[in-house]
Amino acid sequence: MKEPIEKTGFVFSRESLKKRFRLSEFLAEKIITGVAFLSITIIVLIFFFVFKESLPIFASTKKDAAKIENVQQQEQYGGDTNVATNALGQEQYGLEPSGPVNASGQEQYGVIEADSLMMDHQVMVEDNRDHGSEKATVKSLLGKKWLPVSDNPRYGLIPLFVGTLKITLIAMLFAAPIAILAALFSAAFAPYWLREIIKPAIELLAGFPSVVIGFFALMVMASFFQDIFGYDGRLNAFVGGVAMALAAIPIIFTITEDALTAVPRTYTEASLALGASRWQTALFVTLPAATPGIFAAILLGIGRVFGETMIALMATGNAALTSVNPFESVRTLAATIGAEMAEVVFGDTHYNVLFLIGSLLFIFTFSLNALAEFYVKGKLVKRFQGKQS
Amino acid sequence: MKDIKIKTRDLTLYYGANMALNSISLDIPEKEVTAFIGPSGCGKSTFLRTLNRMNDLIDSVRITGEVLVDSVNIYDKQIDVVNLRKKVGMVFQKSNPFAKSIFENVAYGPRINGINKKSDLEGIVESSLQKAFIWEEVKDRLHDSAMGLSGGQQQRMCIARTLAVEPEIILMDEPASALDPISTAKIEELIFELKKDYTIVIVTHNMQQAARVSDLTAFFYLGELIEFGKTRKIFTTPDKKHTEEYITGRFG
Repeated sequence: MKEPIEKTGFVFSRESLKKRFRLSEFLAEKIITGVAFLSITIIVLIFFFVFKESLPIFASTKKDAAKIENVQQQEQYGGDTNVATNALGQEQYGLEPSGPVNASGQEQYGVIEADSLMMDHQVMVEDNRDHGSEKATVKSLLGKKWLPVSDNPRYGLIPLFVGTLKITLIAMLFAAPIAILAALFSAAFAPYWLREIIKPAIELLAGFPSVVIGFFALMVMASFFQDIFGYDGRLNAFVGGVAMALAAIPIIFTITEDALTAVPRTYTEASLALGASRWQTALFVTLPAATPGIFAAILLGIGRVFGETMIALMATGNAALTSVNPFESVRTLAATIGAEMAEVVFGDTHYNVLFLIGSLLFIFTFSLNALAEFYVKGKLVKRFQGKQS
Repeated sequence: MKDIKIKTRDLTLYYGANMALNSISLDIPEKEVTAFIGPSGCGKSTFLRTLNRMNDLIDSVRITGEVLVDSVNIYDKQIDVVNLRKKVGMVFQKSNPFAKSIFENVAYGPRINGINKKSDLEGIVESSLQKAFIWEEVKDRLHDSAMGLSGGQQQRMCIARTLAVEPEIILMDEPASALDPISTAKIEELIFELKKDYTIVIVTHNMQQAARVSDLTAFFYLGELIEFGKTRKIFTTPDKKHTEEYITGRFG
């Protein structure tokens, strides 16, 4: 109040217009910048830590290559760490190859694996004689057997990949149509008050603990589907996939709904003014215009399913099989880490491989999200600049 | 005087509790151009949109009174809005092509009406584009995106799209307000041609445009119809002082 009008005291001069240093603004700006870079750095560091832990697989390969000639084939699979596996693996798991580990479904498969194990063993041995064993470990990663704690451990990631893809496919076959149609209803047909209920309700489901969904799948859905389809193994890819669909639906729904409501109102009006019904408008105008968003929604849904651990662990049976039958057990990449990380020997090849799986999951979800992001932006920009029909 | 195509009786419209139109009664003759003028927010666009029930899209709208198109009350409960809108087409202020090719844009209307034969569609698309005087400009790029057209071309394509469903009445909501003078001139020329076959109702902010293209002019102010008559009369010797003040630019 002492200086009611600043202007009177303000002289327009070189001096009064001089740049001033504002400490609080300077600090605020630097702190915000720092936080932003910190979060990015943390993510990068996490990835590097995970990746670093998986590195010995590749490193030991080269190290071993030199001395491999004098060494027995036994060691080729795991390099020097293999000794530890055998010693400790023995203690923890008891006699391995044919021993049933957990659920009922496992029993049948365990036997099969034990049978083929012998054959496989020989094939591999011969392989190694032929090529030297330069890529023994890396090569075994491409094998079809995931037997990390046997006397002759093998870390074939193929069955894990097959399992994960199978689950993802089943989950998407259920989740995508349901979620997209629900979003279409909410965006194009539901009256205002109903949409205000539906959307938050489904979004809340996104925060549903996956262990609860897994539990529900394990106790209720597994028996329910077994009664319907009458297959043998109670827990299998189908049950797991449907349970994962429950987890993915809210994500796909939310993003699709946003994409649909973001379609300009003028489109809808143009279509309706041409004498299209609401249904035709939704199907031929709104839905196609929202395709990029829907595509992104599906990709994010896939990312969710891909990385989902608890449901996979609880509902899929966890047998690492390479088959296309949806009613057989599968073991997913994420579930493998979840199940085995706690029991693995620190620094062991098995340990390294689990971290490699972690890196792969990270890379996969990262590129999936990046793809979604860039696809949507690129596609939308192109569309509205008229470069693409 | 030609036959009356659209007749409204005591049409009153509320947005929630606000009255946007107050008891409008108006006769729009067939195959003539009727212009609605008035300052922003006077209800002329709202009135236009009641004529093909586009206001149905807004939840809070309540309407009393009658709108008769060819003597049928379009607010009757038995009326199918979809068929009404096929008969009463609409062109919007902002051109709104779909993010599809030009061909697909124009063919959209016939397609949803069940015309799927390619040769039929091609015929309709060509004749519609010709009627909208844009055929020569786009005939070599029918399958390019409509988003690549200029603003004026887009607007004429939207008119072609409306013509493709063979309406009898075309409502135009400030069709040239976002266009440059040359494109505007083309649209006006087009309106002049179209009135031979269609009944046209146009909302405009541009008084010269109303004077140039229309046969009849209605002046709206604050939700009321102040004056309605021959364009020449409205612009030269209006009955109401209010109209004269608006037209001479003393307010609005």
